[in-house]
Amino acid sequence: MYSRTYKFLATLPPILWVSLFLLLPYLMMFLHSFWAVHDGVIVHRWTFDNYATLFKNPVYVQVLFRTTRIAASVTLLSVLLGYPVAYFLSFHAGPRKEILYQLVIVPLWVSYLVRGYAWKTILGSDGVLNGFLQYLHITHGPVSALLYSPFAVVLMLMHIYTPFVFLPIYASLEHIPRPLVEASQDLGASPRKTFLRVILPLSLPGLLAGATFAFVLSLGDFLAPLLVGGPSGTMIANLVQSLFGAAYDWPLGAAISVFILVITVALLALTQRVEKHWSFE
Amino acid sequence: MTPAAPPIAASLAPGATALEVRAVSKRFGAREVLKTLSLEIIAGEFLTLLGESGSGKTTLLRLIAGFEQPTAGEIWMHGARLDTLPPYKRGVNTVFQHYALFPHLNVSENVAYGLQAAKTPKAEITMRVNDALAMVRMEEFAAAKPTRLSGGQQQRVALARALINRPELLLLDEPLSALDANLRKEMQSELKSLQREVGITFLFVTHDQEEAMALSDRIALLRNGALEQVASPREIYARPATAYAAQFIGHTNLLRADIRDGIADCGAFQFSCSRANGTAIFSLRPEAISLSADSLRIADPVRFSASIGQQIYSGATELLELQTATNLVLRARIASRAQLSASRDFVFSASDAVAVNE
Amino acid sequence: MSASTTTATRRPLLLGAYAALVFAFIYLPIVVLVLYSFNRDGVGGFPPRHFTFDWYRQLFADSAIWDSVVNSLIVAAGAVVLSLTLGLLAALALDRADFPGKSLFRRLVLLPLILPGIITGLSMLMFAVFAGFQRSLTLVFFGHGTALISVATTELFAGLQKMDRGQEEASLDLGATPWRTFWLVTLPNLKLSLIAAGLLIFTLSMDEIAVTFFLIGNENTLPLEIWGRLRRGITPEINAISTLILVVSIILIAIWYHLRTRNRHD
Repeated sequence: MYSRTYKFLATLPPILWVSLFLLLPYLMMFLHSFWAVHDGVIVHRWTFDNYATLFKNPVYVQVLFRTTRIAASVTLLSVLLGYPVAYFLSFHAGPRKEILYQLVIVPLWVSYLVRGYAWKTILGSDGVLNGFLQYLHITHGPVSALLYSPFAVVLMLMHIYTPFVFLPIYASLEHIPRPLVEASQDLGASPRKTFLRVILPLSLPGLLAGATFAFVLSLGDFLAPLLVGGPSGTMIANLVQSLFGAAYDWPLGAAISVFILVITVALLALTQRVEKHWSFE
Repeated sequence: MTPAAPPIAASLAPGATALEVRAVSKRFGAREVLKTLSLEIIAGEFLTLLGESGSGKTTLLRLIAGFEQPTAGEIWMHGARLDTLPPYKRGVNTVFQHYALFPHLNVSENVAYGLQAAKTPKAEITMRVNDALAMVRMEEFAAAKPTRLSGGQQQRVALARALINRPELLLLDEPLSALDANLRKEMQSELKSLQREVGITFLFVTHDQEEAMALSDRIALLRNGALEQVASPREIYARPATAYAAQFIGHTNLLRADIRDGIADCGAFQFSCSRANGTAIFSLRPEAISLSADSLRIADPVRFSASIGQQIYSGATELLELQTATNLVLRARIASRAQLSASRDFVFSASDAVAVNE
Repeated sequence: MSASTTTATRRPLLLGAYAALVFAFIYLPIVVLVLYSFNRDGVGGFPPRHFTFDWYRQLFADSAIWDSVVNSLIVAAGAVVLSLTLGLLAALALDRADFPGKSLFRRLVLLPLILPGIITGLSMLMFAVFAGFQRSLTLVFFGHGTALISVATTELFAGLQKMDRGQEEASLDLGATPWRTFWLVTLPNLKLSLIAAGLLIFTLSMDEIAVTFFLIGNENTLPLEIWGRLRRGITPEINAISTLILVVSIILIAIWYHLRTRNRHD
């Protein structure tokens, strides 16, 4: 039905553009990771040193572990918050389901920066939370440990990613045909058993998708640490940022970036395969 | 059906009441779907809830299953109230319209589901699952996933999954409606013999009156949330209580008659009738009308002439559309014969004209 | 059967309470933010006293902020046009053509969406430096437009799949050229997908920080302008602009929701 010229005209521009402005940049990042810096100049000498540094330098290793811990905490907490809400909305919200759904979605549209800033004003020594606690005489002086810590980073990211995690979980819960729930109860399974044996397994694909998304994006986040993390809350992406900035070691920065990229792609590929294996359609 | 599987005996003696629906009403918002309905289900019977969509038959089923609560009224089983129990505590199981097999479990696991919920020991589960699958002839599919099965196969698994729990009452929500015509007929006869074999009370919902007549011991005809008539198929067919029942089940001619001094006058003909004076409606089945020439010995014959409009042939019989001189339109079903002349004499027995309520 | 029937007749109170708490957690910071934009004495402390509009007045007089808003709008509008155009072509290609590297292309286009923004931003920076491009607003425009192609592609691809092919075939059958068919039949059918994608791209571009961070020159977009101020010291003026962003976001959602429900009635 469509002539070859038509198809050609449709195909060529995006491919060219994407190759030039997407493929090439990523490729350059990849190439840079194998180069080195000598006397403030990037030298095109092929080496694996950068990757070695990432895993050998104790500071980098520590940051890597901290980042993984933070990302894992964010994922776990977001799921613990997001899943019950999704379940409640899908099965128990009745006619108010649609409105409540929109209410969960609204924060997603609100600027990331705005939300991060909000936490900054809440958690600081002069912040709202401290003021509130002192006002109620629960504390008598500002608690400074709230802000500029891994705790603050986790809190902020958890706030950002709970709606993200909610979405695919809600979608997969909605996808479960209600007769299956009725059939389970009809056969003698209590609501708790029905949840564990029917609803939860069937919602796993959505759960996995949401969790992976939250983990991967938390892993590479550099803004949250800058806003609320402080020195003790630095994550690997901040290392990359400084290597491309003041510390001027593009190859090393590229190596860490590639590392993050590989982890991301690997995780996503893994979850895709698991999802397909579990696909019940 | 394999006779090897031992019958699953109902715990009640046949003839006892399995379930009682007492003055149950159900309202959805402003809409009253069931109106103060009372029904008694006899142990061991195959009872069909028959009606159009919107008649309330599925709602009644769901009330008994426990997926809805009555707005008023009670449901009793075994001398105890059923409607206050959640669905997972009732001794009732359901076969759903689209089977509702769990897609993430294979056939064995689906069938074993109810037993596992009841914490039955593993060895017993294995044995009973095998028996259940054998009963529906699905043994070789034990490890298959439901999505790989055809409609008829899924339906059998759904049956096994429900029956394995030895429920007091099995509810079937239009289980055959998703199957094509041939498969449907086959499954109808399988269902009937299965029910006889296991002896469990079946409550079957359908909108297909032929299916209801073929399968049921009794039919409960529902209309707009109320019971129109509850009787055996033969009883309902031969003596419909209302005009609606007469028309819904099979085909009929509805005759309006004025009764005066023991004679019912339909204009085109009269016959003797013992009802009081006034107007009445009579149901006359098409097969009750035959050609005068063919029927030499009929009790209480009523004769009339009519012109033949269409002759609709259907193999063994044909349907004649008749019009009398008084413009009364009737349909007669006779054994097929060659083309008839335009006008003939017809006869029916007065006892075949059954008085029905509006 | 009525779809509103529920099998659980008792609403679990514990679950409902927990859900309410989660909602509170999600909205609390936003509520605090809006509240303190009217607070005379600063962004912290409790309780807020002295209601004032002063911060909003200061905001409206703040030319640097509004310059950055204009910049953001220009970039976002440009990104919408660029992404939609390329995304439409890509969706058409994915839907109707077969070419070598098709699955690679599809995955490549999705990368900016799933990778942390810093990686995409830095990669583009490297490329820019290599090609001799200066860090600037234009570069940001290219960056957003490229990174957001996949948003357009996904949405438009879905729209194409849902479309009734028969209409295009009928058009060709009646003598219209493929070009005419595209403009008179295909595109109108994609109207809703285009609008949905456009809104989403616009919003994502307005809020984008990670990629913008590395490509921006001397002129700021709104997020970066705010970012810069955060380093210098925070005042409720930032609360005020945040509140305005919130209000605009909600309006956009309302529009999108309205469009979506209208689509469902068609």
